[in-house]
Amino acid sequence: MSHDPWLIVLGQAAEPASRTPLYIIIVYMCALFALGWISSRLFRGSSKDFFVASQSIGPFMLLMSVFGTTMTAFALVGSTGKAFSLGIGTYGLMASSSGLIHAACFFFVGIRMWSFGKKYGYVTQIQFFRDRFESKGLGYLMFPILVGLIIPYLLVGLIGAGNYIGGVTAGMFPETFSLPDKVLPSGKEIANPLNGSVPAWLTGLVISAVVLFYVFFGGVRSAVWANTFQTIVFMIMGLVGFLVIAHGLGGLEAASKKTLEYAPEKLSRVGLMTPAHFMSYMLVPLSVGMFPHLFQHWLTAKSAKSFRLTVVAHPICIMIVWVPCILIGIWAAGLHAEGSLRVPPLPNGNPNANAVLSAMVKTFMDSPVLIGLFSAGVLAAIMSSLDSQFVCIGSMFTNDFVVPWMGKDRFTDKQKVWLGRGFIVFIVLITYVISIFKPTSVFNLGVWCFSGFSALFPIAFASVYWKRLTKAGVVASVIATTVTWSLFIYDALGNKGEKWFGESHAGEYLIAGVMPVTFICLASIIALVLVSLATKAPSQATIDRFFPTKG
Amino acid sequence: MKKFVYALVILMAIIHQDIWWWDNKRLIFDFMPLGLFYHALFSCMAAGLWALAIKWAWPSDIEEWAEAEGEQGGEQ
Repeated sequence: MSHDPWLIVLGQAAEPASRTPLYIIIVYMCALFALGWISSRLFRGSSKDFFVASQSIGPFMLLMSVFGTTMTAFALVGSTGKAFSLGIGTYGLMASSSGLIHAACFFFVGIRMWSFGKKYGYVTQIQFFRDRFESKGLGYLMFPILVGLIIPYLLVGLIGAGNYIGGVTAGMFPETFSLPDKVLPSGKEIANPLNGSVPAWLTGLVISAVVLFYVFFGGVRSAVWANTFQTIVFMIMGLVGFLVIAHGLGGLEAASKKTLEYAPEKLSRVGLMTPAHFMSYMLVPLSVGMFPHLFQHWLTAKSAKSFRLTVVAHPICIMIVWVPCILIGIWAAGLHAEGSLRVPPLPNGNPNANAVLSAMVKTFMDSPVLIGLFSAGVLAAIMSSLDSQFVCIGSMFTNDFVVPWMGKDRFTDKQKVWLGRGFIVFIVLITYVISIFKPTSVFNLGVWCFSGFSALFPIAFASVYWKRLTKAGVVASVIATTVTWSLFIYDALGNKGEKWFGESHAGEYLIAGVMPVTFICLASIIALVLVSLATKAPSQATIDRFFPTKG
Repeated sequence: MKKFVYALVILMAIIHQDIWWWDNKRLIFDFMPLGLFYHALFSCMAAGLWALAIKWAWPSDIEEWAEAEGEQGGEQ
């Protein structure tokens, strides 16, 4: 058996690697427990406070919570890994387009949704749709679809955290978490690079428990507090980590020049993506307009003016987080091509893109304290999304499923809060179990999840701008989205034979050279418009209620 | 001015597709790839655009309607 010398870099030294980073992460978790406990003291006990913080959140906390919610493992672990594979174009695919599209969704849809929530007392997105389309049944149709789309989003967080912590803790516990040697497709046997690391199941268990703790007791108010704290942590630690890695590589210029020398293709987009592929990605960020957890954050706003800071600062915040990640990703590609960075391989022998960030941190950050602080920042980004999603699914279960089904007088306010809490625990358990058995690319899984929400976005947009939109049109759009999304995802991930619709290109499933979201959105819009025009318009009372002004 | 803001949003969506330096590998400031630099700049421009939108196209009518005393509670 031969062992590659680089494995020492990843923590395969004879002596266990320093556990200081892990201790720092544990301290961070304890700080979150404390913050959760303090914020839960402010919980007013009502379901309105649990689900929308009694609409009391001001501009800064709204920005931090909305931005923290949209940045998950996808943004840090996923973007670095994707830049490693696809180069600088990754930023344009998701980050710069999100600066335009996310803010557009907040401005054109979010403020209107907030106004209806404020006026009519909505707590969830589905409550709005039920009233807007005069249909209880529509809620029952949308509830499982929205929850079903949130689960992959939760998985993105848990898988990303497991991969990152696995890489960064490699070699810390060689006795407790020993792993068998790996056999590469070439037949070469190597020591497992993740030997002695904290396993993904344990990371997932711990972060789920911490987030559950503060969400369980304080609801969305605790989530907003924790998001604000965690967003500040991951933005600061992300920048510090970036500068330290750059320093470890001999400076910004030296790092980029290495990529120019060994992996120049990552500095442009030619050969890695086509303009049509790039353009079709612009549809993916539309998903924020339909995220139920973002809708819930919008409803926490004290006033419409609270949105102003979020709309303007969101593109800048995205830039602050994504530019360093993309640079780290392309530097990693250069170093990998040169042979001075090894990334833990996948079973097929290719480097695991999800492990690129942890490999860079482990290799080029000398200080265990800094590794610990940076890792706390990565977990902060992941948990700041999980908490909002947890609260949201509890809220939807209570307000969109149980209460309409059993009657709103059937439960006391306190019982409603407990129903929400119970469903949160149930979904977290399901997601946790799936995360252990279904490791996949964080970026690609995120894109599939976002594509489903993007295709439902025309419903949200048309519901506040198009009076002629009907319930039947919405049902047709939901069905068209579900059918096309299911077919394409099966073809991309489940179909082991010849693909029915598209083909894989540089790790992406494309149909006619563009992202599947293009066709899913198209099917959704056609169904929405044609069926609405062919069916009876909503009543005048409903139109008056939801189109109260000329604007 | 609202229409001007909406036109700017469309213009931004168009200039996001920067095919003109698709294969340019030049490093700005010796470390920042040109394509990445352009899109970082695009993010700053997007922030500027939304600042203009708030100034010139803010939906005050919706805001006033929502914050006025009136009906509460939908069918749900």
